[in-house]
Amino acid sequence: MVPVPCRVMRTYQETGDTFTLELESLSQDGFSFRPGQFNMLYIHGVGEVPISISGDPHKPESVVHTVRVVGIVTWGIKKLRRRDFLGIRGPFGTPWPVDLAEGNDVVIVAGGIGLAPLRPAIYDILARREKFGKFVLLYGTRGPSDILYFRQLEDWRARFDFDLHVTVDRAFGPWKGNVGVVTTLIPKAHFDPVNTVALICGPEVMMRFTILELLKKGIPEDKIFISMERNMKCGIGLCGHCQFGPHIVCRDGPVFPYSAVRHLLGIREI
Amino acid sequence: MTYRLEANALDRLFKALGTKGYVIFGPTVRDSAVVYDRIESPNDLPAGWADQQTNGSYRLVKTDSPAYFDFTAPPQSWKRLLFPPSLHLFRSHRRNGTLEILEEEHETEPMAFLGVRPCDLRALAILDSVYLNGGASDSTYRQRREKTLIIAVNCTRAGGTCFCASMGTGPEAGAGFDLCLTELVSEHDHYFLVESGSAKGESCVSPLQAREATPQEQTSGREAIRTAAAAMGRSLQTQGLPELLAANLSHPRWDQIARRCLACANCTMVCPTCFCSTVEDSTDLSGAIASRTRLWDSCFTAEFSYIHGGSLRPTIKSRYRQWMTHKLSSWVAQFGSFGCVGCGRCITWCPVGIDLTEEARILRGQAAEHV
Repeated sequence: MVPVPCRVMRTYQETGDTFTLELESLSQDGFSFRPGQFNMLYIHGVGEVPISISGDPHKPESVVHTVRVVGIVTWGIKKLRRRDFLGIRGPFGTPWPVDLAEGNDVVIVAGGIGLAPLRPAIYDILARREKFGKFVLLYGTRGPSDILYFRQLEDWRARFDFDLHVTVDRAFGPWKGNVGVVTTLIPKAHFDPVNTVALICGPEVMMRFTILELLKKGIPEDKIFISMERNMKCGIGLCGHCQFGPHIVCRDGPVFPYSAVRHLLGIREI
Repeated sequence: MTYRLEANALDRLFKALGTKGYVIFGPTVRDSAVVYDRIESPNDLPAGWADQQTNGSYRLVKTDSPAYFDFTAPPQSWKRLLFPPSLHLFRSHRRNGTLEILEEEHETEPMAFLGVRPCDLRALAILDSVYLNGGASDSTYRQRREKTLIIAVNCTRAGGTCFCASMGTGPEAGAGFDLCLTELVSEHDHYFLVESGSAKGESCVSPLQAREATPQEQTSGREAIRTAAAAMGRSLQTQGLPELLAANLSHPRWDQIARRCLACANCTMVCPTCFCSTVEDSTDLSGAIASRTRLWDSCFTAEFSYIHGGSLRPTIKSRYRQWMTHKLSSWVAQFGSFGCVGCGRCITWCPVGIDLTEEARILRGQAAEHV
């Protein structure tokens, strides 16, 4: 339950309210984690928040988090500069089933900041790209200025082994890309539904509608995975805050197969 | 083997525990209620006090009986001694731009819990399954639990809101005690039956100089417990209950409960198994030293489910549903048992008298009608 002090190596602004934090790895052997897991970040005297890990699992020398400023702790994290310290506990939670997806097509659907916890899975797949079939990323944000990892998306889009589409909910001015919610991208993607694993992360309502569309396409229920968000205080399944029906999200999740949460999604205030 | 210890020789048990270095916690009367606190001798026990409990009401009444353990579940359970309502977790020191975070050390003295009711005994086993479960465990809880001696006392009287017989947790103590007492009072006789449930407990028996109980005395003990089992103030039909609740998350009854529920959190504070906690961070005036404190929390607060943007359970309806379905449904999936032991505290201490056994009955009845 005690955070380990950790030094900031660099920070960079991603969008108006979102920034990425690179921390020095905790031990000699580096920081090892699996895509989809999260850390608890502690700001001295202010508090602690769960933040998913957004870095490359094959680069253990640093710990990378992409953070949106939404409250006093994330505001405290934003104020950190190179060589400042924060406390860190983790990694916690269940990972994306990247290994299970080997031999299948992979469709990743991300909404807004939901791209951050999926990025380690993207790194992981690209690192052994030959082991997977078609690889699709569908990403939707509010507006053009909210697009996360802009340069990186451009680089990825230049690859011939990566089918990547971006859309925005609303657009003004010079935007010439797609406009519409992320589900409108699904018809653009080509994959073999029966042999596809889908990884989804974003607001709950976005995940619900995405699942409906993917099911319509024919992806089996047990091959759809989502990452849930709840109030996580302890990260180790002891404080009770993050319950979602029978699930303790910090321990049993955040990544769940759709089949495990199907009956709970859509029930109000559960 | 079962022994017979004369009631007027109960101080021998106190002496034996004292010699072994235990600090004794047990029932005593304070502020018109039975509370579990440090006790020194049988004189501190609530002799001649019984309680009357019903929805939203608790009264202690003086009786003519010399019985030490005539009370049923008092407001507080043993939880607070193993899982303190407030506990310092760590201190963070900021010096010259660096951070040093040190875990708080907590001294633990061996404790003897004297007078653990069978429902509360089961509640301790449930807390064990939460806090000592697999990889993640609570170190303070573990330290305290390992140093605790449990002396259960079987119930020979049932309270007005008791339903341990329905939950299979009482009125006779199940596994988990070191010693177990049954108090028997008749016109010219007052004694305890004593059984040990562990080597630790057995070692406390010989200093009692108790003789073996006769078969008749043991029969009297069983009969007294049976009388209590037949006199439960409440009952709950548990068969199929987890599935029933899980299938009725959108039932209209939740709206009706919400009209009465004040979301005061009393039920969660008195519950012997509610384990939720939060943390509070604070600093000294200079800001150089920060500390983190763990506090009991309740799923009845709006803040409990807060994530960026707001509370996930803004209505009382969803908070009551969360609590009741957790106790009687999702707990089974999480920890392999109900999160309810039938102590009835949540019924007694609800200021508006909501009775979860009644709510379960209504949900069951109406759900059946809906099918």
